[in-house]
Amino acid sequence: MSPTGTASSPAAPKGPLGRARSRYGERTVQVVLVAAALVSVATTAGIVVSLVPPTVEFFEAVSVAEFFTSTQWAPLFEPPAYGVLPLIAATFLITVIAIVVAIPLGLGAALYLSEYAHARTRKIFKPVLEVLAGVPTVVYGFFALRFVTPALQAYLPAGLQPDIFNALSAGLVMGVMIVPTVASLSEDAMSAVPRGLRDGAYALGSSTRLVAVRVVLPAALSGVVASFVLAISRAIGETMIVAIASGNKPALSFNPLDAMQTMTGFIAQAGSGDLPTASLDYKTIFAVGALLFLITFAMNFISARLVRRFREVYE
Amino acid sequence: MARALLAVAVCAVALAACGGNNQNPGTATGGEATGGATAAKELAGDVKVDGSSTVAPLSTAAAELFAEQQAKVRVTVGTSGTGGGFEKFCNGETDISNASRPIKDEEKAACQAKNIAYEEFSVANDALTVVVHKDNTWATCLTVDQLKKMWEPGSKVNNWNQIDSKFPNEPLKLFGAGTDSGTFDYFTDVINGEEGKSRTDYSPSEDDNVTVQGVAGSKGGLGYFGFSYFEENADKLKAVQVDGGDGCVGPSVQAAQDGTYKPLSRPLFIYPKAESLKRPEVLAFVEYYVANHKQIAEDAKFIPLNAQQETELKAALDKLKAQAGG
Repeated sequence: MSPTGTASSPAAPKGPLGRARSRYGERTVQVVLVAAALVSVATTAGIVVSLVPPTVEFFEAVSVAEFFTSTQWAPLFEPPAYGVLPLIAATFLITVIAIVVAIPLGLGAALYLSEYAHARTRKIFKPVLEVLAGVPTVVYGFFALRFVTPALQAYLPAGLQPDIFNALSAGLVMGVMIVPTVASLSEDAMSAVPRGLRDGAYALGSSTRLVAVRVVLPAALSGVVASFVLAISRAIGETMIVAIASGNKPALSFNPLDAMQTMTGFIAQAGSGDLPTASLDYKTIFAVGALLFLITFAMNFISARLVRRFREVYE
Repeated sequence: MARALLAVAVCAVALAACGGNNQNPGTATGGEATGGATAAKELAGDVKVDGSSTVAPLSTAAAELFAEQQAKVRVTVGTSGTGGGFEKFCNGETDISNASRPIKDEEKAACQAKNIAYEEFSVANDALTVVVHKDNTWATCLTVDQLKKMWEPGSKVNNWNQIDSKFPNEPLKLFGAGTDSGTFDYFTDVINGEEGKSRTDYSPSEDDNVTVQGVAGSKGGLGYFGFSYFEENADKLKAVQVDGGDGCVGPSVQAAQDGTYKPLSRPLFIYPKAESLKRPEVLAFVEYYVANHKQIAEDAKFIPLNAQQETELKAALDKLKAQAGG
């Protein structure tokens, strides 16, 4: 998953002195390692295989045009409506809020840790930041519902009162959740920028700010962009926060103070009820899941392209 | 993540079942002598129950409690709906039919044509409570028409002053049952006139806790769920009186039991087949159901029968047993 760790060498299996193949323990280790690598590939393949048949059956009953152009989403109601746009709009609105929070904070933290912070400060700071990534998302969800939403209701003016379930608090908290992803990966990329580049810039009389913004950031851009895309993917796929804090109201709205339902929120809500398998309602879950999978797949593909595009090779 | 949620849901169901079972022995031994006698010998076989999805949780609770005593008897509870249930019942396919309304004349005729004798057992009362925010001072009583105006399909009502010009200018935030629940079917049936018909742009949830949080957190909030659930959260919410045509009545166990809380309360029925009572496992299950109706109703979050209904239930059982014996 980590696009920064792509440094593998083709000669790896052969051992340092070329004698490795005579030891049979080596062979076992290799098989175990290949199996470990295959598990993730097999899981992805399994997900695709399990998503495709119900999705195909879904689109036999519901036209693709209705799915992507109708603006009402009520698949479990009578009469049903299958316009997925409200879910997509909610997903992107909440993702945008999260990104607006996470990118400045994450990038700022990364620049501070990599360029300004004392080595000892960094040693304490970075693990603490990464602890944030280990907080269970259900905790973030309740934090959004029980702390952030009441705080918003208390401080926002009368005309801008958010609903008890709203996209804004879910997005804000989700942004905080993905700060470590951006900060940690960007900081890794910045630390990997060769010392010589910085020393050269300092020798020319640059300030720390100039070095950070004009030298380190461009040099580390590939890793930084990769961290952004990864963060966006996480935001799109995040379920628990939105299921708890953003409400389950599938209405097409771009007002972040409204309750709304994301794609993941729908899957969680419909999946926790007792839908009869093989019903069209049940297949709806898979159709939304397949769409979600396609979107994150596209994001990862773009990420790989961007990483290659912005890669600066030194040495 | 969805899978994790599913697992949690399954656990919750399992826990609820466990909780019920733990209390079971005490009440069960306090039941009728006949119940104790049949429980002593181990029975086996299938009991087929089908019908209303509203009554299904009640029969499922009965089946779970009954399984504690008779593990080899398999009670299956289907949810074909009241009408679909009677269709199968009068075709001789099921032993017991769950119903959220009394049997209709044409259904009676269908049963008669197949020589299927049965008895109507009213086993619990169902009541829905409409709740609003604690600080809502204006909505003390709502008519069925006003509720319909809020909830009917395509409704564009989004402010309290659209319901009644005397109500303040306060955005109306609706919370309600998810489509999987019997509560949803019941509410849409009696308020909107047809099961499953509802506006769709509200916050639905299968979990009544979410509705509680939503209404408790929105000044203009309105939601609905079972009465027992309101009782547990009475400190956070306010119940609205409902006017079904004969004046405003607030929800209470009393009003639900005497039928004055209209139309959001109603008795729930099971229709056991006389012929099936000849099979000891069906007889044992029906006797268990009748003897423990109070605990079953409380377990499934319904309102138990009143004293008169209880007497009628016992009489109906005796009548049915006489039919089966004769």
